[in-house]
Amino acid sequence: MVNIKELKASIGETQILKGLNLEIKPGEVHAIMGPNGSGKSTLASVLAGREDYDVTGGSVDFESRDLLEMDATERARSGLFLAFQYPVEIPGVSNINFMRAAVNGKREHEGLDPIKGKDFLNLVKEKASLVELDGRLRNRSVNEGFSGGEKKRNEIFQMAMLEPRFAVLDETDSGLDIDALRIVANGVNAMRSPDRSFLVITHYQRLLDYIVPDFVHVLVDGKIVLSGDKDLALKLEEKGYDWIKEDVIA
Amino acid sequence: MAYDGNDKVLEEVTGKSYEFGFTTDIESDKAPAGLNEDIIRLISSKKEEPEWMLKWRLEAFAVWKKMEEPNWPHLQYKKPDYQAISYYSAPKQKKQLNSLDEVDPEMRKTMDKLGISMEEQKRLSGVAVDFVMDSVSVATSFKEKLGELGIIFCSMSDAVKEHPELIKKYLGSVVPTKDNFFSALNAAVFTDGSFCYIPKGVRCPMELSTYFRINESGTGQFERTLVVADEASYVSYLEGCTAPQRDENQLHAAVVELVALDEAEIKYSTVQNWYPGDAEGKGGVFNFVTKRGICHRRSKISWTQVETGSAVTWKYPSCILKGDHSVGEFYSVAVTNNAQQADTGTKMIHLGKNTHSTIISKGISAGKSHNSYRGLVQIMPSADNARNFSQCDSLLMTDTSGAHTFPYIEVKNPTAKVEHEATTSKIGEDQIFYCLQRGIDEEQAISLIVNGYAKEVLNQLPMEFAVEAQKLLSISLEGSVG
Repeated sequence: MVNIKELKASIGETQILKGLNLEIKPGEVHAIMGPNGSGKSTLASVLAGREDYDVTGGSVDFESRDLLEMDATERARSGLFLAFQYPVEIPGVSNINFMRAAVNGKREHEGLDPIKGKDFLNLVKEKASLVELDGRLRNRSVNEGFSGGEKKRNEIFQMAMLEPRFAVLDETDSGLDIDALRIVANGVNAMRSPDRSFLVITHYQRLLDYIVPDFVHVLVDGKIVLSGDKDLALKLEEKGYDWIKEDVIA
Repeated sequence: MAYDGNDKVLEEVTGKSYEFGFTTDIESDKAPAGLNEDIIRLISSKKEEPEWMLKWRLEAFAVWKKMEEPNWPHLQYKKPDYQAISYYSAPKQKKQLNSLDEVDPEMRKTMDKLGISMEEQKRLSGVAVDFVMDSVSVATSFKEKLGELGIIFCSMSDAVKEHPELIKKYLGSVVPTKDNFFSALNAAVFTDGSFCYIPKGVRCPMELSTYFRINESGTGQFERTLVVADEASYVSYLEGCTAPQRDENQLHAAVVELVALDEAEIKYSTVQNWYPGDAEGKGGVFNFVTKRGICHRRSKISWTQVETGSAVTWKYPSCILKGDHSVGEFYSVAVTNNAQQADTGTKMIHLGKNTHSTIISKGISAGKSHNSYRGLVQIMPSADNARNFSQCDSLLMTDTSGAHTFPYIEVKNPTAKVEHEATTSKIGEDQIFYCLQRGIDEEQAISLIVNGYAKEVLNQLPMEFAVEAQKLLSISLEGSVG
């Protein structure tokens, strides 16, 4: 599904990703953990096509296409979704209208006519129930006045609406209380399927109790330095990251 | 932190020619260029005006000659040569029209291009249209139906002849001739416009609408609009404009006066889309308008404007809150792109007790344009418990555009409560990226964000106008982020 080879990226003069390799097969859930400043969010932004970052080397293959050649919109329409760490507010634009534009953008890409009003509303109803997003939030401006938990639930709602092939969750657990975390994780788990892959970026092991990954990778200084199964996350939780820096890198 | 793609789109879009830049080939009856007493006499006689009207014009001309064009706005433009303008141009249509079928086919075509096919408007939306092409009203619909309610909705020329008592009483009562340079000029040479009178206790059942269109090369347009809402009446008035492409600047100096008598309500909405000039600002319309309303006891005047056109805009729709408990509102979206300049805002003059005013201004600057908000909130000593809330937001689309806010607040009564909020922001790259990541393309993303930003104002517009305004905002700003 996704094959990242020797990916290097920088912002301004600072190189952040320094040759990252990662292969994700259909249906797999990969978790990336790592200390602050290791490049986790940069990886998410580069995959989504944010132009603030310069890709200085390497390649990313997405379903046999060159991901780095596509602009952000095309990546999204081709099935890449990023759940943002800090979802932005768009005042005056209702969540519903925003999602309709998004859904129709994808449909246009697939050569389909815009979705019918009734079908759209039914779809919204179905997907919103997945993350317990009530009608009030659906009709409000995008993320405006939402609590931290509501914003993250809205991200998962949007993901469910767009049914991506590959979803990147950037620190989706940050700022969530335990109930919100469970709701968000349930939403993600409901979407797990043999032809959909996830990359879960997190700082804490806690999220991985709910979204159980197939693989866990440790990102340090722009490179994946250690990979393992879900037990690796537990070890990191217990021992922190310093031992990796000492044992693995040294 | 820039989106490289934007520059490309920007170039493409600024290269786009004005969508409504066509001209209509109609024979016109045009006065020679220049302004003097003879020209004013000519205008007056062409319009078969009574003597008192001519006298009023000549007095205005005498006042104007002593005045100087204002220099205080935050605008830079080459001042028009007032002697090079032709002050009268009327499509040649001699006989009175009984139905739309009698309208010149060319003129009908123009209306169709503007998307205001009158039959359709009549049938579908129930809007009575007083279509002004150049300076003479060519068709007025729904007149009979309005007549049954005692509502007068006609061209200013007809009003001068048919309702002299109302015109004498109210014309110039809100915007006196000597008010400013452009109002004096307008009073001297105005060629037509609309007059509307709603009798006591009558709620006008439809939105009254006038479409203005400048159509003769080298002619300025000096419209005069007067709306009088008698006690406890209500009217919603729509004004919308497009203009054909020109090489030289066209001057437009309109005057709009609103009179809301006790307990009356006037809602005045404008969508303005005059030719803004080319990418360098050449050839656009100069829009120097004086709009003012007076509110008597417990009355309300609400101005809503969506300004996307003109090379230079100078415009401050204002309310004089004379009566106790009267309410004034101003909702504005002003978009400037390329080399456009706008200096716009409002004045709220509180004289009566318990008067309230609200100002919501949303400026959007793109290209290398400049957009200024200039507003005055004045609480006079007599205005006990006056309230004002002002919110002035500016959105910058590019690094080369400018947004300026000049709020003037004068409070002469200690019981007043005046609130002013102002924000300036650059269009959020985070917001755009968020949209892009959801598969929304950049054009649509900007359209969504800008329309969301302006929503508070757009919501004030009547439904059909709101749709038009949304499209206009999107068209005006396509690809303008940088």
